[in-house]
Amino acid sequence: MKPSPFDYVRATNLTEALALLERHGEQAQILAGGQTLIATLNMRLSAPDWLIDITRIPGLSGITLTETHLVIGALTTHREIERSALVAQYAPLLGQAAPHIAHAAIRNSGTIGGSIAFADPAAEWPACCVALDARFVIQALSGERRVSARTFFRGLYDTDRAAHEIITAIEIPRERAPRRSVFMELARRHGDYAIVGVALLGRVDQGRLSDVAIGYVGAGATPLLAQGAMAALEGQAADADVLARAKAALAQDLDPSGDLYNSPATKRHLAAVLLERAVKQLLA
Amino acid sequence: MTLPEAEITLTVNGRSVRRRVEPRQHLIDFLREGLDLTGSHVGCEHGVCGACTVRVDGRIVRGCLMLAVQAAGCSVETIEGVSESGELADLQSAFHQRNALQCGYCTPGMLLCAAELLETTPNATRAQIREHISGNYCRCTGYQAIVDAIETTLTARRAGRTAD
Ligand SMILES: Cc1cc2nc3c(=O)[nH]c(=O)nc-3n(C[C@H](O)[C@H](O)[C@H](O)COP(=O)(O)OP(=O)(O)OC[C@H]3O[C@@H](n4cnc5c(N)ncnc54)[C@H](O)[C@@H]3O)c2cc1C
Ligand code: FES
Ligand code: FES
Repeated sequence: MKPSPFDYVRATNLTEALALLERHGEQAQILAGGQTLIATLNMRLSAPDWLIDITRIPGLSGITLTETHLVIGALTTHREIERSALVAQYAPLLGQAAPHIAHAAIRNSGTIGGSIAFADPAAEWPACCVALDARFVIQALSGERRVSARTFFRGLYDTDRAAHEIITAIEIPRERAPRRSVFMELARRHGDYAIVGVALLGRVDQGRLSDVAIGYVGAGATPLLAQGAMAALEGQAADADVLARAKAALAQDLDPSGDLYNSPATKRHLAAVLLERAVKQLLA
Repeated sequence: MTLPEAEITLTVNGRSVRRRVEPRQHLIDFLREGLDLTGSHVGCEHGVCGACTVRVDGRIVRGCLMLAVQAAGCSVETIEGVSESGELADLQSAFHQRNALQCGYCTPGMLLCAAELLETTPNATRAQIREHISGNYCRCTGYQAIVDAIETTLTARRAGRTAD
């Protein structure tokens, strides 16, 4: 289908984009990669009066390293993250997750900021950011603030971002020695949104796991941190008993709803299967 | 109500084009209806099928998930442009030889998608080929012949490269 009519502005700087957002309020939508927004406009699920294109604003794209963080500009595309040497070195989890996002042509346009703002619980970046304990830099005309990924996602497609705010960057804490990581998901076809997926981080020392973090894709209304399973694995050698306890803890950690093909029980089962596979791969 | 319009200038297949467009017009509709470049197709109009694949500033995009206004200042290439330049002649001939098309609806998008793989991953395996074209649906061929044609071209290009 075709979208209903709207007007379009290509913002040349952040202040201009923020001022337009304040002026038009709910009638305006930020346009980043467009890989979600234009699809929803085409289906007439949304009909804003204004699209504010932020893709030409300088400084919102690219990957840099500071003393404390790996900083990914909001407009950085899925593809750029997939291919980044800095990401491979400092947050390999993101490089492992990227190929699971949609398809090449969509990864060329879609941005990490758009994915975080849209907050699809079945999307890869939000769950990775929760596992990595990333924080988001959020800008309004009145100033800048930072929010932890672990509190940003509030409900289904609901986030801490207000309508007049723009996400400008994702900041991932730098570790002296990056943890090992594994990303796995189950989907009916390659590139489809995941039925369920897992992002696992941890250190392995003489067979024992430490600094474990587990993020789940598609296992609740938001991306989830599986704190019970993390506690069950922390400091342990992942033998059959420990794995069984971690998998059992997922019952409390996760709260998947059913979709057209999979019941909540199926998703819970698949989430446990994935956890075991991911831990074994992390140890391998 | 008068509908909003915007004037855009962009390069299409190497030629500069200036037009007035409605902001809501998709790039793919602009190319097909505004410029009569009907080689690229429209299928699902929500990013799923890949029939509308075109190149913008050298990378493949969904023509139905990009607005014509967004392409202002960009360089757009369609199947007409790359056919004319001969850039994909070997791939096109491999598609022909391997029967990698029947109705041809998916073919322009499939070719541009495959071209990106040929360029970025010269050593791609069959699994990587399948993964790369996973966003381009073909309702006729069952994909096997398409994967064959891309693999043949990859192999021939590698051989050509070492022969140089
Ligand atoms: C066929 C198909 C399959 C897909 N499969 C997957 C998949 O498997 N996994 C996955 O994760 N995604 C998938 N996607 C979605 C894709 O990853 C999108 O690119 C992403 O969700 C949104 O990013 P965008 O830059 O395209 O945002 P847009 O579509 O431009 O924007 C999305 C929303 O976020 C807002 N927004 C964008 N940027 C900002 C910002 N910086 N600050 C504040 N608000 C902002 C917009 O106003 C809009 O409401 C798929 C899309 C398609 C069409
Ligand atoms: S028409 Fe664009 S992806 Fe189907
Ligand atoms: S040849 Fe008919 S859809 Fe591919």
